[in-house]
Amino acid sequence: MKLAYWMYAGPAHIGTLRVASSFKKVHAIMHAPLGDDYFNVMRSMLERDRDFTPVTASVVDRHVLARGSQEKVVENIIRKDREEKPDLVILTPTCTSSILQEDLQNFVNRASIETESDVLLADVNHYRVNELQASDRTLEQIVTFYMDKAQSENNVAKIKTIKPSVNILGSVSLGFHNQHDISEMKRLFQDLDIQINQIIPENASVEDLKKLPSAWFNFVPYRETGLMTARYLEQQFSMPYIDITPMGIVQTANCIRSIQELLNKLGTTVDYEKYIDEQTRFISQSAWFSRSIDCQNLTGKKAIVFGDATHAAAMTKILHQEMGIHVAWCGTYCKYDEEWFKGQVQEFCDEVIISDDHGLIGDLIAKTEPSAIFGTQMERHIGKRLNIPCGVISSPVHIQNFPLSYRPFLGYEGTNQIADLVYNSFTLGMEDHLLEIFGGHDTTEALSVGISADDSISWSSEAQKELSKIPGFVRGKVKRNTEKFARDRSKNLITLEVMYEAKEKVSS
Amino acid sequence: MSKVQSDAITFECETGNYHTFCPISCVSWLYQKIEDSFFLVIGTKTCGYFLQNAMGVMIFAEPRYAMAELEEGDISAKLNDYGELRRLCLQIKKDRNPSVIFWIGTCTTEIIKMDLEGIAPKLEAEIRVPIVVARANGLDYAFTQGEDTVLAAMAQRCPYSDRNPAVVHDEVSSHIPLVLFGSLPDPVATQLAIELKKQGVSVAGWLPSKRYTELPVIKEGYYVAGVNPFLSRTATTLMRRRKTKLIGAPFPIGPDGTRAWIEKICSVLHIKPVGLADREKAIWDSLEDYISLIRGKSVFFMGDNLLEVSLARFLIRCGMTVYEIGIPYMDKRYQAAELALLKTTCDEMNVMMPTIVEKPDNYNQVDRIRDLKPDLVITGMAHANPLEARGINTKWSVEFTFAQIHGFTNSRDILELVTRPLRRNLSLSELGWDVYSKQV
Repeated sequence: MKLAYWMYAGPAHIGTLRVASSFKKVHAIMHAPLGDDYFNVMRSMLERDRDFTPVTASVVDRHVLARGSQEKVVENIIRKDREEKPDLVILTPTCTSSILQEDLQNFVNRASIETESDVLLADVNHYRVNELQASDRTLEQIVTFYMDKAQSENNVAKIKTIKPSVNILGSVSLGFHNQHDISEMKRLFQDLDIQINQIIPENASVEDLKKLPSAWFNFVPYRETGLMTARYLEQQFSMPYIDITPMGIVQTANCIRSIQELLNKLGTTVDYEKYIDEQTRFISQSAWFSRSIDCQNLTGKKAIVFGDATHAAAMTKILHQEMGIHVAWCGTYCKYDEEWFKGQVQEFCDEVIISDDHGLIGDLIAKTEPSAIFGTQMERHIGKRLNIPCGVISSPVHIQNFPLSYRPFLGYEGTNQIADLVYNSFTLGMEDHLLEIFGGHDTTEALSVGISADDSISWSSEAQKELSKIPGFVRGKVKRNTEKFARDRSKNLITLEVMYEAKEKVSS
Repeated sequence: MSKVQSDAITFECETGNYHTFCPISCVSWLYQKIEDSFFLVIGTKTCGYFLQNAMGVMIFAEPRYAMAELEEGDISAKLNDYGELRRLCLQIKKDRNPSVIFWIGTCTTEIIKMDLEGIAPKLEAEIRVPIVVARANGLDYAFTQGEDTVLAAMAQRCPYSDRNPAVVHDEVSSHIPLVLFGSLPDPVATQLAIELKKQGVSVAGWLPSKRYTELPVIKEGYYVAGVNPFLSRTATTLMRRRKTKLIGAPFPIGPDGTRAWIEKICSVLHIKPVGLADREKAIWDSLEDYISLIRGKSVFFMGDNLLEVSLARFLIRCGMTVYEIGIPYMDKRYQAAELALLKTTCDEMNVMMPTIVEKPDNYNQVDRIRDLKPDLVITGMAHANPLEARGINTKWSVEFTFAQIHGFTNSRDILELVTRPLRRNLSLSELGWDVYSKQV
């Protein structure tokens, strides 16, 4: 058992449902107790989905516990087949159903005799994989199923398109800024004169999966979902894939260059250098922004980065390479992807943290005291408590990170968005100076915000007043330092004298 | 669909394929209510994921609850349950020092038959913190019934006699002591106690109390009354295990319900209530601006929190027509007085008696909603946005469980919630579009 109240990645079935419900005309049936259909709430609220989420439960109740599901699951599959006429029904086990050890595959086999739609059992182990791994696996499973089917019917579209073309793999609902990213990717490929063959799974039809092999190559924007499918297609149909996330100026250029190299190898001649140059210097604002004097103020500022593997790695590179920001540490909760992550970021930060324990991350942030945090919803709240600004760069996120306006993180427009996010997260340069010179925005009764580890230390009213004059973004730090200083010397009242003494000792 | 006709109320029962919250959600309001408690939910990642998403920002405020997340070794019994729980509870004791630890059993602990009730007394003796076990799982219960399982378990812990007999109550009541059960925000509990006090009824205690250490004395022969419709197990426990007498009354939701609740309590205690009719009328008069918005309109309850019958009864009194009362579970004995008041209300308002659909089937309900086109659907969040996109006004049902809706004072809050979608959509009428889905 593990004591926990927050997790970065959800349970496996969430990953399966995200993939299944992203396809058109695919219905997922969860073998789950009442109340486990919370996924529908998230889809409906976070994504503000206008349509009913194609997920229902075959409810596991006390009777099922006593007698087994018997006909229930089969009947529910057949019923959904009649009601919704989906192309595919995916039976999704949950943590509860997996310990019941019923032969769900048998139910699937029996149901599929009577259904028009195909029926699949999601192949994920709840106690071994998380949401992200499960989504990767489910996508591969569905693609494999339909490729096998097409092959047995001799129906695979193997002839390549005349013009260079690409499949984008891993566009999934409830993904972080996913829809905007995909729009941006479409634009990018259009600029590069590369035809888009298919985008899966969001809004795709399973019937079209047999046409996947007619693309020249596959593109996997996020490491978390799509890699397994890309590898499968490479193995079965010799389709190469690109898995460089085009996030940030440098990475976008790298990504485009590898596409160029790939296409040239495949027998066409393309030269994207001019495009990269034009986009970087004149279309995107962020490269110029990095060079502009305003951005000088960011030089050497301390930040930390935490999130999923894709976003945390890309963000670390951007901060270090493109903005001259000092990344004290960067980390990911994708523990299963540790090796790749370390390889990517090692040279861009002082330390790499691999953990899914939010308590540890919170403690590390408090210890590091960065000027800004780039993390998930959790780090945003840690930042709030410590009075450190935070830019959200990765799932898990809340509803405010499903913006209505166009906010990609990928491609050239993505670089603009990220530059804004970074810049706005740090206290603005000139304001920073002015605050230091004039002692804060509000010199009247400002609050002394900050977390104190120990309440036994009190502040004299003069010291309290002095503390309130210190600008907000460093006030917490000064307070903690002073208290630590006092505690180390067993003083339990902080007077002006103690405060100044601390300032001298600590800063020297 | 099976139909049962009883006392002219039509009860139906569907497939139970409906959306509701998992009953472990009760920790979110109970840990706030019981200030010295700690709730440990013994379950899987699925439970944790639900809690962290359903509770939203509350999660960041260092809540007094946590998951004991079961791992593969726990499932396959490679690890020893006692040892594992001991380790976690000692940690909790060290970090938070609560007066009580609640263990919330989940579906998984049911299936692997983890003997929480057996382990708790031993561990309690060892670590010297009371451990109360409640099985609030999705196999057996829906949403608010979670609170019922917790309160039923707590009822057993109420002292039989005053811990401190030296304390003399400043007010000696003239009637057999009355204990109320049901978790309400403190201001609401105070308001209800004041209403009763006006009639000369004194409340001897509440289950739950603000602190675990202040649980009320419950002796044989005491009267008990519920404030919420989903507390049937607690009522049963208080009657059978603690030998109390249950006052079966409608629930104090809406001015009509509140008056009926007080009247019933008074009649059992042989007190003649005074001024209640005027009090009720004054409240109705003050609600007229809201009622005029909903009078003659229709409402459909999809059903997910067991407050449905009381709310429907109140809305019918406000002049609405109720097409359907979906409800997860209907205890006809515990809710008998509420059902009777529903019937009377329908007769007096001269509207048809709505069908009560137990264990509803959401798919069929959406079909019926399409046919009936009600002016308002009260439903969970899974269906709210898709229905709105189809031009149907919805009110998110969970808000009724978190808002203050009890007593005379809070009647306005119920209508504030009920009329909000109507008021909002009225102001959007200039926009000119109603349907925002291509599927329809």
